[in-house]
Amino acid sequence: MRRGLIGRILGAHPVGTAFVTPYVIFLAAVFAYPLGFAVYMSFHDYFFAAPGAVVERPFVGFANYVTVLSDPAVRRAFGNVLIFLVINVPLTVVLSLGLANALNAAIRWRTFFRVSYYVPYVTASVAVVGVWLFLFNSNGLVNSVLGPLAPDPSWLVNSGLAMPTVAIYVTWKQLGFFILLYLAALQNVSKDLYEAASMDGAGRWQSFLNVTVPGVRPATTLVVLVATVTGANLFTEPYLLTGGGGPDGASASPVLIMYQRGIEQGHPDVGAAIGVLLVIGVLLLALVERRFVGREES
Amino acid sequence: MKLQAGLLAVVLAGSLAACGSGGGAGDADAAAKAHGPITIWYSNNAEEVAWGKQMVAAWNAEHADQKITAQEIPTGKSSEEVIGAAITAGNAPCLIFNTSPASVSQFQKQGGLVPLDASYIEERSGDVAQQYKSPDGKYYQLPWKSNPVMIFYNKKIFAKAGITDPKLQTYDEFLAASRKIVASKAAKFAIYPAPSNEFFQSWFDFYPLFAAETGGKQLVADGKATFASDEGKKVAQFWRTMYADKLASQEKYTGDAFVDGTAAMAVVGPWAIATYKGKVDWGVVPVPTSSGKPASEVHTFSDAKNVAMYSACKNRGTAWDVLKFATSKDQDGKFLAATGQMPLRKDVASVYADYFAKNPDYKLFADQASRTVEVPNVPNSITIWQTFRDAYSKSVIFGQEDVGSALDGAAQKVDQLVKQS
Repeated sequence: MRRGLIGRILGAHPVGTAFVTPYVIFLAAVFAYPLGFAVYMSFHDYFFAAPGAVVERPFVGFANYVTVLSDPAVRRAFGNVLIFLVINVPLTVVLSLGLANALNAAIRWRTFFRVSYYVPYVTASVAVVGVWLFLFNSNGLVNSVLGPLAPDPSWLVNSGLAMPTVAIYVTWKQLGFFILLYLAALQNVSKDLYEAASMDGAGRWQSFLNVTVPGVRPATTLVVLVATVTGANLFTEPYLLTGGGGPDGASASPVLIMYQRGIEQGHPDVGAAIGVLLVIGVLLLALVERRFVGREES
Repeated sequence: MKLQAGLLAVVLAGSLAACGSGGGAGDADAAAKAHGPITIWYSNNAEEVAWGKQMVAAWNAEHADQKITAQEIPTGKSSEEVIGAAITAGNAPCLIFNTSPASVSQFQKQGGLVPLDASYIEERSGDVAQQYKSPDGKYYQLPWKSNPVMIFYNKKIFAKAGITDPKLQTYDEFLAASRKIVASKAAKFAIYPAPSNEFFQSWFDFYPLFAAETGGKQLVADGKATFASDEGKKVAQFWRTMYADKLASQEKYTGDAFVDGTAAMAVVGPWAIATYKGKVDWGVVPVPTSSGKPASEVHTFSDAKNVAMYSACKNRGTAWDVLKFATSKDQDGKFLAATGQMPLRKDVASVYADYFAKNPDYKLFADQASRTVEVPNVPNSITIWQTFRDAYSKSVIFGQEDVGSALDGAAQKVDQLVKQS
């Protein structure tokens, strides 16, 4: 009976369970506990205090959420991140799949190109942001090429263009990682399928649509989810590219506002409420995406 | 990942606070008299580090049983965040020679600061000390040094634009000179204050001119916002014209626009003189006012950094002695010589007359140091500055709202914030 209980707890493969346990503990310590604590903070008048300082942190119900939702800057930041995701996620999928497919083919300098795409991903944002400013400021390369067609105000100080510019920057910066995911997935697509398609008279484009795209669908699901989660956590790029969410908050992200309210301004309770709303938003979005992509998969 | 990291940082700081509870008034009384080794942090620029090292060496040579262990403030996004985290974790040093006055109300609310002896502070700094008093009437910071900001101009660029005798006293004169510079293409912009949205950027565009225009008013006085006054709107409108006429840029600049020659003028304090050496042939004038006040009446922003004692300090008796030693006439003189920054003490110009005779570039700043305006020491200070900056950015820099209504709206919000504790 006792053995049965242990067996039920450890499952059919106790060794596997033993291997997984440290990671579960790690997740509980660094993710579940902090998340729970953030929820607690968001329902209290909470601020950080020195050890020994006598402070009250009363329960305030949804007051912090009311503060957050009635703040136009927060609402705008959530809107901004939606604009970001609408641009970033599809662009990431299309570009990374297309480039991975090209890099998977037998082309010259293949390794060089693979590394080239990966370099921006592993380079710190602070280091590469200068390149982007050189390209997109009003005297930058892009405007020089565009000449009279250059937008006024310029890209990063234009309310309508700031967020799309940030979205394109992030797409470029992270592309290397997603290309790697697709490259790995492409190794699992059976060569037989391409041969069969070829026998049926399919061209390159038809093979790509009918063999490659369905073949890497699990990877696409992963790319969409990862791009959504990382995109929703956007912080560094608007902070560095647009000087703290300018112009007029047009590129502010929820995490940027969370940092301002929670850390800079000493209201971690409000910051936590923004964080909780962001987690809920991302979960809902991920569920919708999962269902959308997953249905095709099935 | 960034969200998780943020939450983790927030929570770890919170849990550390929970773990470290204990102590009380009895401990504080004992600590106030205790002597022994202490730790201090100072700023990380080369000049201040050099001064800090000699100060510590001088103290340690005389106090073998009360040694100072010093280090540069740990790097973070800003010193204020690092200090805030250290307070929460209970591992702040005894003294930090880099405490921003804007953060004092927050650190005080956290229970992180120790009140200091008012008589020494007022004796050393004179009337200017009053601006650093907290709402409870105590000093939680020692006014240490200021960098009164003024208008630096590039003589070569001005000459190229045909201006040999710069007149920058009134708004009209400033605008006329700016237009001439830009029209002549001597520089791309007349001036280039950071147009970004960080809460502290207003200290280097709006606030110095507001201090000058109002004869020394703070952003908030007697629990009310002051910036939506006629004077505040005049200042904001002046800057609006600078942006609308493309005399100043709306874009973030990654280098130093003044050193690069992209801008003909800059709003900075004397700390920058060392940076400009050999790179820019500069002159300096007080910030402009609408009516062109004489230089001797012009106020400006102090850009001060102060010393505070932190509640994690066990040997506060020694910490207080070190504080007095480090801000003595002798050490202040060494600080001035090493950094060019103005000790916030009475009559700097006459006390260190020899220094200013040898370094005339700094004399103007010493004169200006007696007419400086600090950020208001009120609760929610940083939230207030961010609220102001958001309205300023929207209306003045980007012209998306009328300047007057933007300032009125921000003033209403700031009035509410001041009332909160």
